[in-house]
Amino acid sequence: MQGKREKRDLLDVDQLELGEVESLLESAEAFEEVLRRPIKKVPALRGKTVVNLFYEPSTRTRFSFELAAKSLSADVLNFSASASSVEKGESLKDTGFTVQAMGADAVVIRHPVAGAPYLLAEWLDIPVINAGDGMHAHPTQALLDVYVMRKRLGKLEGRRVTFVGDILHSRVARSGIKVCTMLGMKVAVAAPPTFLPAWLPPGVEVFQRLDDALEDSHVIYLLRIQRERQQQGYLPSLEEYVSSFQMNEERLRKARPDVLVMHPGPMNRGVEITPGVAESPQSVVDYQVTCGVAVRMAVLFLLLGGAGGA
Amino acid sequence: MTKLLVRGGKVVDPFSGRSYQADILVAGGKIEAISRAFPDRGLKVLEAEGMYVFPGFLDLHAHLREPGKEEAEDLETGLRAAVRGGYTAVCCMPNTKPPLDNPELVEALYFKAKEIGLADLFPVGCITRGREGRELADMGLMSSCRARVRAFSDDGDGVMDSGLMRRALLYSRALGTVIISHPEDRALSRGGQVNEGKASYLMGLRGIPALAEEVMVARDILLAEETGARLHLAHLSTARSVQLVREARKRGVPVTAEVTPHHLLLTEEDIRGYDTNFKVNPPLRTRDDVRALLEGLVDGTIDAVATDHAPHTRESKEQEFDYAPFGISGLETAFPLLYTELVLRGELGLDELVALFTSGPARVLGVSPPLYGGQLVEGRIADLVIFDPRARWVIDPSRFASKGRNTPFAGREVKGRVVGVLKEGRVVYAEDGLLQDVGTVS
Repeated sequence: MQGKREKRDLLDVDQLELGEVESLLESAEAFEEVLRRPIKKVPALRGKTVVNLFYEPSTRTRFSFELAAKSLSADVLNFSASASSVEKGESLKDTGFTVQAMGADAVVIRHPVAGAPYLLAEWLDIPVINAGDGMHAHPTQALLDVYVMRKRLGKLEGRRVTFVGDILHSRVARSGIKVCTMLGMKVAVAAPPTFLPAWLPPGVEVFQRLDDALEDSHVIYLLRIQRERQQQGYLPSLEEYVSSFQMNEERLRKARPDVLVMHPGPMNRGVEITPGVAESPQSVVDYQVTCGVAVRMAVLFLLLGGAGGA
Repeated sequence: MTKLLVRGGKVVDPFSGRSYQADILVAGGKIEAISRAFPDRGLKVLEAEGMYVFPGFLDLHAHLREPGKEEAEDLETGLRAAVRGGYTAVCCMPNTKPPLDNPELVEALYFKAKEIGLADLFPVGCITRGREGRELADMGLMSSCRARVRAFSDDGDGVMDSGLMRRALLYSRALGTVIISHPEDRALSRGGQVNEGKASYLMGLRGIPALAEEVMVARDILLAEETGARLHLAHLSTARSVQLVREARKRGVPVTAEVTPHHLLLTEEDIRGYDTNFKVNPPLRTRDDVRALLEGLVDGTIDAVATDHAPHTRESKEQEFDYAPFGISGLETAFPLLYTELVLRGELGLDELVALFTSGPARVLGVSPPLYGGQLVEGRIADLVIFDPRARWVIDPSRFASKGRNTPFAGREVKGRVVGVLKEGRVVYAEDGLLQDVGTVS
């Protein structure tokens, strides 16, 4: 690489070429190794400041980014919308410029409105990383998910992943479907009709019953069911959802023995997943959390690190 | 008084159905004579050689924001934008603050527009008091006041209460006025930002289904059929809406419909990133919908092109997609865009397009001379548009007369330009060099 680098953002997985996804996953392996050391820190981003701009409450994603940045020796500032100028009516644009003017080197943004990171990326000269925008995208989640799948399944091409539950409202599913498709996986969704979007990308198979999807799936990816969806009229009752779509021991027995059960967290035990399945050997939920830090280190390093890559 | 000679233009007159080359002599606000070749001594001359001359346009649907939102538009900038677009008459929608739901407010606005003197204002009154959808507004008083309200609408919101809508139609029938329906079922559209389908999935935004419009189009057609009241459907955007209107017309239901330029030219797939200039209600739909709207124009199911001119400030549009308001600033680009994209591509004849901007909307609103329209003949009010079909230009919102710079068409090259507008014989808009003084008044 030479000369002035164009600034790079990570707004969704489709901004990455297949080769870039591969090399990101490879560099995440190196960082996973760092995280297993007694001193979990490398000086790769020393002197850089990463700002977490969170317009939506989130503990796990924010912690994960914070840990990732700190493990790369960057400084981290946390800006949460409820405790800030947003309550005084400051616009996203003004907030973004303020953060940039303070000397931040990158912004990690979580926002309830789809597209907010795209606007910020257009306005600012520093890299913007999307940590989840509305129902639209959650690229680092999708990358960590395929990282975990690859570690556990090896080759992903031709393997089937089934996303289960509230596809309509899920940014995890949207980014996940994209990146799994990029990596050559067969993608399916299983959901009640009210949780299915009016349109899905070509090639995505739809199951009305989870039972029909179990046998052939290498990955069962459970999405969180928000309890208020019942009041909003999407579900007659949680019991009804549980009876058709909960991943329980009985369904686990019907699945492939080597199936991976995944969940982006936080889990609603007793709704989309039973405690027994959550703690079964097939469940990789905790490993997803661990890998999340490594993958986010790889993303930060890619966008902020010096030339040369990992 | 100086007489003005509009010389050598090609006149396209949808009111008479004729097109011809002629000089038009204007005096005392009226057309004094139409002839082949006038001597130009002692006249001011508007050289229209190679240009078209149309009757002034009528927009059925504009948001001029006054009173209450003058930072986005005021009556004067809105009317200035209108004449730049070739409009000599504009219906302004009543979703102002406060809403136009009483005769005092409607008259105040009407007389203010008269004083500005750029284009006629036909204020649309609210159907319901405060646009709250609960009780009828003073429709009779608004209709009989000096502003002579001819149409009522709660535009921006549909009247969700079917019983109230039915009574509004009955009442309007007795007044001889038109009810303009904003066909949207909120229960189906709530929270929606873009078309439900590909756009809502890919953008991760809540969708507005085509059904939200179609359910209300169907309901209002049935109500109009039963009450016999004049119903006009605003900004149709879906194929099934067009089909519902087509069938209703065949049954003789007194229903008319309009379509906007943006719904004719853009689809959900044209939305660039999260550019809120593409955020509009009803949302940009699919290619099939666009095709059906065009067919509706061609076969006469759709009576008029209306702009739904909805100016907004830069600050309000430069926001997260969900937070930005719906709307496109459209008065200044409507005709050139459709001339370029429909007429020059052979989809529609020039006379047909001009009719959709003049005689079509006049029929919808039920206005006739001397208020608006009528054949270009001696004695008619001289509301004229001079259109140069040779001009090529790039749409640049920073040069708009409107305060609203919010357009998805910025940067688009169009052919044909409104270069001059006469309102009651006065030149209310003219590009440099259009007017020549040939001699002094004798």
